[in-house]
Amino acid sequence: MDLGPHAFFIVASYATTALILAALIFKAVLDHRAQVRALAELEARGVTRRSQDASADLRPQPSALHVPGSG
Amino acid sequence: MWSLANPTRFMALSGRLLPWLGFAAALVLAAGLSLAWFLAPADYQQGETVRIMFLHVPAAWLALFFYLVMAVSAVGTLAWRHPLADVSQKAAVPIGAALTLICLVTGALWGRPMWGAYWVWDARLTSMLVLFLMYCGILALWRTIEEPSRAARAVSILTLIGVVNLPVIKFSVDWWNTLHQPASVLRLGGPTIHPSMLYPLLVMALGFALLGLTLHLAGMRTEVLSRRVRTLAILEAERLDRQAA
Repeated sequence: MDLGPHAFFIVASYATTALILAALIFKAVLDHRAQVRALAELEARGVTRRSQDASADLRPQPSALHVPGSG
Repeated sequence: MWSLANPTRFMALSGRLLPWLGFAAALVLAAGLSLAWFLAPADYQQGETVRIMFLHVPAAWLALFFYLVMAVSAVGTLAWRHPLADVSQKAAVPIGAALTLICLVTGALWGRPMWGAYWVWDARLTSMLVLFLMYCGILALWRTIEEPSRAARAVSILTLIGVVNLPVIKFSVDWWNTLHQPASVLRLGGPTIHPSMLYPLLVMALGFALLGLTLHLAGMRTEVLSRRVRTLAILEAERLDRQAA
């Protein structure tokens, strides 16, 4: 396919888009794996929630404690 | 609908839905790219550079759409304090920022051969740059405040202030004399693009939307997990504290 005199701009557009979307997907996968791993480690240490309802995790928590890697 | 917004139900439902959504996104994007490259003709004025439109326009539409998602979620956070509303807000930020970046970069690469410049301080371009800066600011604010529900309230206010920019982006080409072309798809009189270019564009937009939705659901699931990790870590720290005392 002949892209004409502006081939560089067309190819660069598609390459940049592919790169940004790939980075977004890659970051999403890495973040998810990190949280699954952190959760598994905590559960392996025997830490359990008072309630098994997931909505309990979304309620306000004390802010005094910093939890590395939890966002 | 409200019961589906329960985090436990959301995790179960989204876990089942996610692989299918991802598959559909890949399929529709592949179809869209085939149409954009092999069916859509070169433009009589712009030549082959018109193929940049199939990335630039869907990215622009969805950059605005994800800001709207954040704004609706912000209302959910401030008015109802719904547990999933701030999770949805946070998950939408990187997707919106990435799509705005794609829109700006592809726009610059399209502008250079057509206008003779990568960038001009045109109303449409500048308001899109403001949108990107808003996304970056919101991302920074999420990281600044440690407690998620406090961060969500601050981010909600900032997000709702930024909504003012959305009509400015949409109507900038009508309100001011700009180098950017006026609306040619989403306009009152109907699209002005020939169907041979319009259909591939709509298929690409659907593909981008499905990919965005997949990433949004995945991001929300990660955020729910992250808050579960936070809760457990706090419980463990409390237990260790009690033992030490």
